[in-house]
Amino acid sequence: MRPFNYSRADSPAAAAAQAAQVEGARFIAGGTNLLDLMKLDIETPLHLIDVNHLGLDQIEATPEGGLRIGALVRNTDLAADARVRKDYALLSRALLAGASGQLRNMATTAGNLLQRTRCPYFYDTHQACNKRNPGSGCAAIGGVSRQLGIIGVSDACIATHPSDMAIAMRALDAQIETVRPDGTTRSIAMADFHQLPGNTPNIETSLTPGEFITSVTLPAPLGGTHVYHKVRDRSSYAFALVSVGLILQKDGSGRVAVGGIAPKPWRVEAAEALLPQGAKAVSARLLDGATPTHDNQFKLTLVERTLGSVLAQARDQA
Amino acid sequence: MTISRRGFLILGAVTATAFAMPPFISLKAYAANLEQPAMSKVTININGKPRALDVDTRTTLLDALREHLHLTGTKKGCDHGQCGACTLIADGRRINSCLTLAVMHEGSEITTIEGLGMPDKLHPMQAAFIKHDGYQCGYCTPGQICSAVAVIQEIRDGIPSHVSESLTDAPQLIAREFQERMSGNICRCGAYSNIIEAITEVAEVPA
Repeated sequence: MRPFNYSRADSPAAAAAQAAQVEGARFIAGGTNLLDLMKLDIETPLHLIDVNHLGLDQIEATPEGGLRIGALVRNTDLAADARVRKDYALLSRALLAGASGQLRNMATTAGNLLQRTRCPYFYDTHQACNKRNPGSGCAAIGGVSRQLGIIGVSDACIATHPSDMAIAMRALDAQIETVRPDGTTRSIAMADFHQLPGNTPNIETSLTPGEFITSVTLPAPLGGTHVYHKVRDRSSYAFALVSVGLILQKDGSGRVAVGGIAPKPWRVEAAEALLPQGAKAVSARLLDGATPTHDNQFKLTLVERTLGSVLAQARDQA
Repeated sequence: MTISRRGFLILGAVTATAFAMPPFISLKAYAANLEQPAMSKVTININGKPRALDVDTRTTLLDALREHLHLTGTKKGCDHGQCGACTLIADGRRINSCLTLAVMHEGSEITTIEGLGMPDKLHPMQAAFIKHDGYQCGYCTPGQICSAVAVIQEIRDGIPSHVSESLTDAPQLIAREFQERMSGNICRCGAYSNIIEAITEVAEVPA
């Protein structure tokens, strides 16, 4: 690991200001992804700003009837919060399907959204990767791509976003609250937060330099039946081949977000309108324009079948 | 926590003037400052005793324990958070000590396998692992035991898991829950079934 300096921020605004002033600075929260990547020389910060002591570890009710989740709330605490378990079960289930108990105790809400892809070619510094080394090419295209993306990908990158939590956040239409180096704040919709790779797969989110996430806000509860189903090679502690998050209402309407297939949580509102017609119709619309590889074309079928299973489960539970 | 002089020269410029932008520090100049490792002081409470350290900022909590304090009970397996051999309990929660920096733990309360129990006074989980042959080579065992102790507490605290049927009912102290919650601890010898027997026995004793 390369040497770096370390400091603690006094406030969210000071953290953002510091990050903008010191080139090569990165925030560190749980550290579970960042330190892993630093050991591999994939992330090479010159300065770490520790944001663990800013008081952003609370979950509070909002005046609109939703919840404001502090950026530093640990994945375990978010999944176990009584209000989240009761009103946002999809979020609890998605969190509990991810990582291990140890990692969930460290990983934070904002860090989970910002985690990097687990594409094996991104991790191998001897391979071409436009995300890690812009302009170097993509060794995953034509390589071993069973785990990789089938939609929203580009000729420059076919990596997926690995988060389970983000799938639930997208289905719930969460908002990401930030503070920028000049002290101004803004709110970014989950739909607009993660960026598709295009020709710049190194740019993964809509955050600007130094911009710091302070909280993630959930709107008022949607009701309905919540189901999250993750299909993976092991029954625990593995990334998704395909995961489906569903919120199904009594009238048959609902929301669907899919993980394991795209560079961002994959949700197509026009496909949700087809829910009364069943999984095949929804899946066809959701995956319209997909460009799978030979290795991962099975995901087209797997999405449809997982959605079918999830719909049946939701109808049983309702 | 205090900062080395070199670190202070840089940090002083940025932290004291969060909003009045100082002259921009170039990447080249900054990198030159880092030709030598940055050192930092930190005091961590380990198994009930405050331990003051002066460490390279890159030092993980795991390496601080093993290399600086010679507490070698906590093991280094993969060093990437995948195997769980480095599991210990920090401020009441089990974590992978390989994926956290020592300098991030100023004032933390750390319990390692040595803090749970020693040969003359075993923790009930250590005794149960011996009784049920919950290991062969023993390398993953300290991590397994720290994890298992925390797992029972997590269930008693009402934290649900992926296999909990209901999110609103209290989770149960049953094998299925232990298996899911222990998935972050890998055992190459395959002692899993005996590990579950050991955890089950300890869980049957009321807290």
